[in-house]
Amino acid sequence: MNAAILDALTLRMGYNATLVTLGAGALGLATGAVGSFLFLRRRSLVPDAMAHATLPGVGIAFLIMVALGGDGRFLPGLLLGAGVSSLLGLWVLQGLVRGTRLPEDAAIGIVLSTFYGAGIVLLTFIQGLGAGRQAGLEGFLLGSTAGMLQADVYLIGAGGLLVLAALFVMRRLLVMVAFDPGFALGIGLRPALIDAVLMGLVLAVVLLGIRVVGAILVVALLITPAVAARMWTDRAGLMALIAAAIGGAAGFGGAAISAAVPGVPTGALIVALAFGAFLVSAVIAPRRGLLGRVWAR
Amino acid sequence: MTDTALSFNDIVVRYGATTAVDGATASLPMGAMTAIVGPNGAGKSTLLKASLGIVPMAAGTAQFFGQPLDAARARVAYMPQRASVDWDFPIRVIDVVLMGMQRTLGLLRPIGRANRAFAFECLERVGLTEFATRQIGALSGGQQQRVFLARALAQKAELYLLDEPFAGVDAKTEAAIVTVLRDLRDAGAAVVAVHHDLATVPQWFDRVLLLNRHVIASGPVAQAFTPALLQQTYGGALPPVLAA
Amino acid sequence: MGADFVTLSLVPLLIAVLAAVACALPGNFLLLRRQAMMGDMMAHSVLPGLIVGFLLTGQVSGWVMFAGAGAAALVSALMVEAITKLARVDPGAAMGMTFTTMFASGVLLLELSGASGVHLDVEHALYGNLESLIWLDGTGWASLTDPVALAGLPPEFGQLALVAMVLAVLLLVFWRWLVMASFDAGHAAVLGLPVGVISLGIVVATAVASVAAFTAVGSILTIAMLICPPAAARLLTNRLGVQVWLSLGFAAISAILGYVAAGYGPIWLGLSGAVSAAGMIAVVSGLLVAGAALFGPHRRAS
Repeated sequence: MNAAILDALTLRMGYNATLVTLGAGALGLATGAVGSFLFLRRRSLVPDAMAHATLPGVGIAFLIMVALGGDGRFLPGLLLGAGVSSLLGLWVLQGLVRGTRLPEDAAIGIVLSTFYGAGIVLLTFIQGLGAGRQAGLEGFLLGSTAGMLQADVYLIGAGGLLVLAALFVMRRLLVMVAFDPGFALGIGLRPALIDAVLMGLVLAVVLLGIRVVGAILVVALLITPAVAARMWTDRAGLMALIAAAIGGAAGFGGAAISAAVPGVPTGALIVALAFGAFLVSAVIAPRRGLLGRVWAR
Repeated sequence: MTDTALSFNDIVVRYGATTAVDGATASLPMGAMTAIVGPNGAGKSTLLKASLGIVPMAAGTAQFFGQPLDAARARVAYMPQRASVDWDFPIRVIDVVLMGMQRTLGLLRPIGRANRAFAFECLERVGLTEFATRQIGALSGGQQQRVFLARALAQKAELYLLDEPFAGVDAKTEAAIVTVLRDLRDAGAAVVAVHHDLATVPQWFDRVLLLNRHVIASGPVAQAFTPALLQQTYGGALPPVLAA
Repeated sequence: MGADFVTLSLVPLLIAVLAAVACALPGNFLLLRRQAMMGDMMAHSVLPGLIVGFLLTGQVSGWVMFAGAGAAALVSALMVEAITKLARVDPGAAMGMTFTTMFASGVLLLELSGASGVHLDVEHALYGNLESLIWLDGTGWASLTDPVALAGLPPEFGQLALVAMVLAVLLLVFWRWLVMASFDAGHAAVLGLPVGVISLGIVVATAVASVAAFTAVGSILTIAMLICPPAAARLLTNRLGVQVWLSLGFAAISAILGYVAAGYGPIWLGLSGAVSAAGMIAVVSGLLVAGAALFGPHRRAS
């Protein structure tokens, strides 16, 4: 088994496994970087609601594509449905926060549980329609790289790189708005617009991530690498780079190991690896880490 | 009229049912330090924010150097109140100052040697060069305030709008800020600061704008900063320091 | 409403109502204290505890799983505390890290131990198996008075009834303390109330309700019932006492309407098969919040 893991980590597992591993790595890079800016803006839990809110869209898109006589598992179609329903969830979330007295954390919980419930209703309905045809949809709950097509991996990889490019362009504005929105307003920037761009990038990585990591766990890839990276540096830009590296390594490693060891769920493994990186950082990072702080005493 | 830095023309600002600023009109010249003074809730910060487009005006206009804000944006610097910043934010002092240069840097241009040198120069003017690579939270409150002043300096403006720059700072910082602001004025720029401490107005500022939802008086300290006008601005609750 | 109903639907329906009520009780205080995500966290975090409980004893008995889930809830609370201190992050981020890690380790345990598919699976944990909690000994309405038949009730029923009752009694006894400590902890502390103990008590009550509900009805329903009924009630009234009663009513209505809609909805639509009751109950509770957000007399802060 160790030899198989080594083969997978060094990309000697065959073309398909290699491709999936690289795709998951690209996804981790993008989520880690986006997650850093989201963490700085203190909105780390919003994507939890957005990710759960994708589920009804996945179910409806599947039903529509089957009704039209197509293949219900066509990934771009499923992601389109997921995106629309996630945006609807975000819209409801903002409506609850602005239009009612409910605090943001309650609104997140409401959107998350209601859309999640609707998604499960649709998934069980699809299961009831006939055996076999829903295969792959459970992958959106917990993530799975099994059965992913080459085109799916290209989509995830290319999407991840586009997100990274957009972040590079926006990096200074994102930091400025997160650090001091009052000043940003004063020099004529529009924080609401910059926030909208950030949430658009978050939506993009959530959509790319749900197939690999699953709707329940994808939020971990946005939070954990960012918190781990924060242990190492006092500079926002460097933090985003470190978070991207941690996320990328977790995605790459998780996908490789699960390709080599049958039965290991990809998404859960990626999340566990990211948390491992946090634990290591929290202990050994200089100054902010546990050892560093004990040493300073 | 070229020597007018900022003019308020009948500005009205409402928050829901309350009117925070009710028809403010005044004109503030270049080459002077102006204090905006008035009791709590008089709309001092609101007037600054409304003229910068941060809060919407219900009526009226603000003109910068005789032009609307959009045409004059590059010539206006702003220093907001210090309140809502997360001091554990992962950012170094020098990077905060560099934020002031956003308009020249744009989105894609990398930060070059010249930019960094200029940011250092701004830090030098507030006396904080040795803190350049510290994380912002590692500084004292007064030092943080001076970093924000350096960020405003990095905007290379001709009009500096400061919201309570002296709130809660130590004596050393007070002196440093006053020196920097005087240098700006002597170089011909206009400085406008929301200010709370009436006792220091005559000593630090050239002009005063007395505000209590509308403008009570605006002019040189000798003419506008009189007991009668202050009484009118503050109502019965004149701070004891001036009752003497 | 014949014998079939008693055997197949009565107990799941009652369990759904009890789970909803047990969760809505502490949920009111989580909402008030801006800790609503605590429910989300607890509901996901108990998974590894359930699985360890199963692996240690080899049985899917209610009480073993209850103990395992309780231990996991405790571990997750400690993890949030440790991460907040160690990494100096806000509790939201710490909770997000904790519940995803706990849940992921649960999934890994399940798949790697080979327990998957035999007695447990992840789907079961997520959306519960409400529909399978049938009462085989309940052969008709007369069984309700038959001690032998009653002994054959699923253990989840007894657990949830007990938890709901204990939580309700505690709420009544400590009502004034809870209100004062939640409204203004500083003032309550000055008056000599044990504010820390009260906060801890609310967390423990949430954990107990989540654990009991999770083992019976899965994570979705637990999260939805901790948050949605109190939130809908909050938008209808400014009085905490009224809010709690309303939330209990909303919880029960969601459970009943959702259960019925899941069981009969597809049939009414002319389709075969039933859909997840837990999911449908969550949807109904969300619709109640939507109604309250659009029309509730106290939907905005005044």
